[in-house]
Amino acid sequence: MLEIVNLHAEVNGKEILRGINLSVKAGEVHAIMGPNGSGKSMLSAVLAGHPAFTVTQGSVTFNGKDLLAMPAEERSRAGLFLSFQYPVEIPGVSMVNFMRAAVNEHRKYKGQDPLSAGEFLKMMRAKKDIVELDNKLANRSVNEGFSGGEKKRNEIFQMAMLEPCLSILDETDSGLDIDALRIVASGVNQLKTPQNASIVITHYQRLLDYIVPDIVHILYKGRIVKTAGRELVAVLEEQGYDWIKKEVGE
Amino acid sequence: MKQQDSNSIIENLATSDYKYGFSTQIETDIIPVGLNEEVIRLISSKKNEPQWLLEFRLKAFRYWQKQTVPTWAHLEIPEIDFQSLSYYASPRKNAPQSLDDVDPELLKTFEKLGIPLEEQKMLSGMAVDAVMDSTSIKTTYKEELAKLGVIFCSFSEAVQQYPQLVQQYLGTVVPYTDNFYAALNSAVFSDGSFVYIPKGVRCPMELSTYFRINAVNTGQFERTLIVADDDAYVSYLEGCTAPQRDDNQLHAAIVEIVVMNRAEVKYSTVQNWYPGDKEGKGGIYNFVTKRALCKGESSKVSWTQVETGSAITWKYPSCILKGDNSIGEFYSVAFTNHYQQADTGTKMIHLGNNTRSRIVSKGISAGKSQNSYRGLVRVAQRAQNARNFSQCDSLLLGSQCGAHTFPEIDVHNPTAVLEHEASTSKINEDQLFYCNQRGISTEDAVGLIVNGFAKEVLNKLPMEFAVEAQKLLQISLEGSVG
Repeated sequence: MLEIVNLHAEVNGKEILRGINLSVKAGEVHAIMGPNGSGKSMLSAVLAGHPAFTVTQGSVTFNGKDLLAMPAEERSRAGLFLSFQYPVEIPGVSMVNFMRAAVNEHRKYKGQDPLSAGEFLKMMRAKKDIVELDNKLANRSVNEGFSGGEKKRNEIFQMAMLEPCLSILDETDSGLDIDALRIVASGVNQLKTPQNASIVITHYQRLLDYIVPDIVHILYKGRIVKTAGRELVAVLEEQGYDWIKKEVGE
Repeated sequence: MKQQDSNSIIENLATSDYKYGFSTQIETDIIPVGLNEEVIRLISSKKNEPQWLLEFRLKAFRYWQKQTVPTWAHLEIPEIDFQSLSYYASPRKNAPQSLDDVDPELLKTFEKLGIPLEEQKMLSGMAVDAVMDSTSIKTTYKEELAKLGVIFCSFSEAVQQYPQLVQQYLGTVVPYTDNFYAALNSAVFSDGSFVYIPKGVRCPMELSTYFRINAVNTGQFERTLIVADDDAYVSYLEGCTAPQRDDNQLHAAIVEIVVMNRAEVKYSTVQNWYPGDKEGKGGIYNFVTKRALCKGESSKVSWTQVETGSAITWKYPSCILKGDNSIGEFYSVAFTNHYQQADTGTKMIHLGNNTRSRIVSKGISAGKSQNSYRGLVRVAQRAQNARNFSQCDSLLLGSQCGAHTFPEIDVHNPTAVLEHEASTSKINEDQLFYCNQRGISTEDAVGLIVNGFAKEVLNKLPMEFAVEAQKLLQISLEGSVG
């Protein structure tokens, strides 16, 4: 599904990703872990097409298409979803208008007719239950005045609405208490199918207690330095990241 | 997408073409250019006006001659040669009796504008007084309204049919001495609408008029007078689009509203005159004086405007709250793009006791435009317990435009309570990226954000107008991004 080959990227002339290789298949859950500043969030932003970052080398293929050649909105329509670490507030734009625009763009991309207002509201009501959001959600402005937990639940709600084929969850656990974490993780698990895949980016192991990865990668200084099964999570939890630094020769 | 691309997307709000840019080939009857007493006498006699009205015009003209163009607004106004304009133009054929008599070219024009002059209007419960250049073409549903005693007709017709009403109220809210453009209008006004709602009558339909400027080098000087008698109610809609022109066109209208005891008037405007091209060439100069007098106790006036057109907008729909417990409201969205300049706002003059006013102004600037809010809240010494709430928000698209606010407060009574809130925001790259990541293009994202920003005001418009206004904002943004 996703094939990243020797990806290099920089921001303001500073190279942060220095040759990433990663292959994700349908049905898989990958975890990308690593110490702060290793380039985890930048990897997700580059994949989603954030304009602040420049790819200098390498290629990314997504379902057979050249992902890097697509503008950000097209990557979304093609099935790539990013759950933001810091969801953005858009004052004045209601969730219902926002999601309706998004869902209908996705439908148009697939050659489907736009949903009627009634159908759309029905869909929204059903999907919000996945992350236990309340009925007021529809009329609230996008993320405005949301608590930290609500913002993250709102990200997963949007994921449920857009039914992506690849979801990248960027530090979805940051700022969540244990109850919110459970709700968010349960939402993600409910959305899992053999046809889709996700990449869970996190610093800590605790989210991975709930969203169990098949493959774990350690990102360090812009490179994936170790890839293993889920047992790697426990090793990291016990020993921290210092041994990785030694292993790569520091 | 590179960073500079997305910056230029916002900054290059510069390619949308004016959608209503076409002109109609209709023979018009134009007075030669220039302005003097002879021209005014000619206008008055062509319109078969009574002596008192001619004298009103002449007094205004003599006053105007002594005035100079006001320069206090935050606008760069090219010098206007008032002697190079023609002050009267009307379609040559006699006023038609039915749609069949209307010049087909004209009907086509209205069709292009989407003005439903025909049967669908009746179904939607709206009466239309369509004004092209200076003479009324057709007034619908006059008979239905007449049964209720509602008068809704062209200003010229009102002068002939109801001279005593016109004489009683003309110039009582906006005297010809009010300002330079008001004096000019009072001297040369061509036509407009007249509305009278008798005591206790709630007008059952929205009254609507569309203005359209359609002759080269023709100034347009509309005059509207609305009177709501005791316990009356009316909602009045004004919508404007004009054909594309290279020469700048002057527009100086006056709207006067008189509201008696417990009466209410809602006045809504969607203004979409030709704003000039992206280099700032052409476009309408719009100098309007709009004012309502809440004469009676517990009377209410609500102004709602969506301003997207004109090269220059100079407009301050105001309320004089004379009656005790009277209420004035002003809701405004002003969108400027390219080289457009808007200096708009309101005046709330509190004279009566327990008078209340509310101001919500939303300015949106794009391209290299300048957008100013200018407001005055005055509380007279004798006005006990006056209340005002003002909110002025500005949204900037790009970094070459300007947003300015000039709120003035002048309070002479210690019991007054005034609140003022203001904000300036900019659509930022993270918001656009967030929308992009959900599959929404940058252009649509800007549209969503702009409509969201203006929502509070758009919601105040009557339903069908709100939809039109939303479309208009979308059209104004269209092609301007990306």
